[in-house]
Amino acid sequence: MTLLTASEKHRHWKGAPAISRALAILGCGVASALLAASLTARPAKPDTAASRAAFLNVYRVLTSPRCQNCHPAGDAPLQGDDSHAHLQNVKRGKDGHGVYGMRCDTCHQTANLPGAHMPPGNPKWALPSPEHKMVFAGRSAGELCRQLKDQKQTGGRSLEGLLNHITNDDLVGWGWNPGEGRALPPLSRSETVAQMKIWIEGGAACPE
Amino acid sequence: MTIFVNGKPVQVDDDPSTPLLWVLRESLGLTGTKFGCGMALCGACTVHLDGKAIRSCVAPLSRAEGKHVTTIEGLSANLTHPLQKAWIELDVPQCGYCQSGQIMSAAVLLAENAKPTDKDIDEAMGGNICRCGTYPRIRKAIHRAAELASERRTR
Repeated sequence: MTLLTASEKHRHWKGAPAISRALAILGCGVASALLAASLTARPAKPDTAASRAAFLNVYRVLTSPRCQNCHPAGDAPLQGDDSHAHLQNVKRGKDGHGVYGMRCDTCHQTANLPGAHMPPGNPKWALPSPEHKMVFAGRSAGELCRQLKDQKQTGGRSLEGLLNHITNDDLVGWGWNPGEGRALPPLSRSETVAQMKIWIEGGAACPE
Repeated sequence: MTIFVNGKPVQVDDDPSTPLLWVLRESLGLTGTKFGCGMALCGACTVHLDGKAIRSCVAPLSRAEGKHVTTIEGLSANLTHPLQKAWIELDVPQCGYCQSGQIMSAAVLLAENAKPTDKDIDEAMGGNICRCGTYPRIRKAIHRAAELASERRTR
């Protein structure tokens, strides 16, 4: 077979009859259309590996101080970038809002107060209820993943419900606007939502 | 704006972002409520807003608009609240600086729990710091106040 240089190929192509060129172009178009149709018609297979990898990114956010400090293992909220137990012996209480004269809004206002380490605030400031504690702190990636899929533990929230919680909840959004002196989660909110979607669409696969 | 302080309507013209503590102390002359830390860490500035305890040093005046604020001066008209009687009977204060905040937090506890245990007291009072360390007497006085309130109810 004779090897042609690029310029020779170009000349060869230019020299072909017009009808042949038209047929070739048409043929390519039909082939592309058929390929596209076959790809869209075939049901997408969940990408388990991508799902699992995406959850590990979500996990990094959920176990960052801004998220896990309100999802503690015990009945005391955590505080600070080192996630220490809340000072003043603060407790969850029956409704997640504290006890007696130690309610969340005894000190926390509806917005962050100016100044480093001043009490942060949000109208919904609270811990999860005692019935559905939704513990993040101390959970392994696999444990937390399985917990999020267990509606007995999420208080009936589906994966879509959890995605909505991360996407739209005002108090969750505070995590990305925590006031002075507090580290942000490792991913932005939109990046976290995108990773969560990949996790769910890929079948909500869990790490071991 | 109008706020209700110790049962009476009061017109205040301070900036709505002014901490309630400064309105109470500076504008209204109610100096029983103390400034401790200014960061809601110590509890010295505790008052009631519609019956719930708040730290007045970090609560903006706007939060109290149209609501009822009770300070230590308004807890009773004549020192007859069971907590005040117990505090006097057991001579609780040492320097006294934190005591109005302690009493205001204890009042919310007793309003919700007529017979608190030591654990209840620890959980309710953990946000009120006393540098003199009068905690044992505070705890004793809360138990005594619960008794006095019980006697008052059965009388």
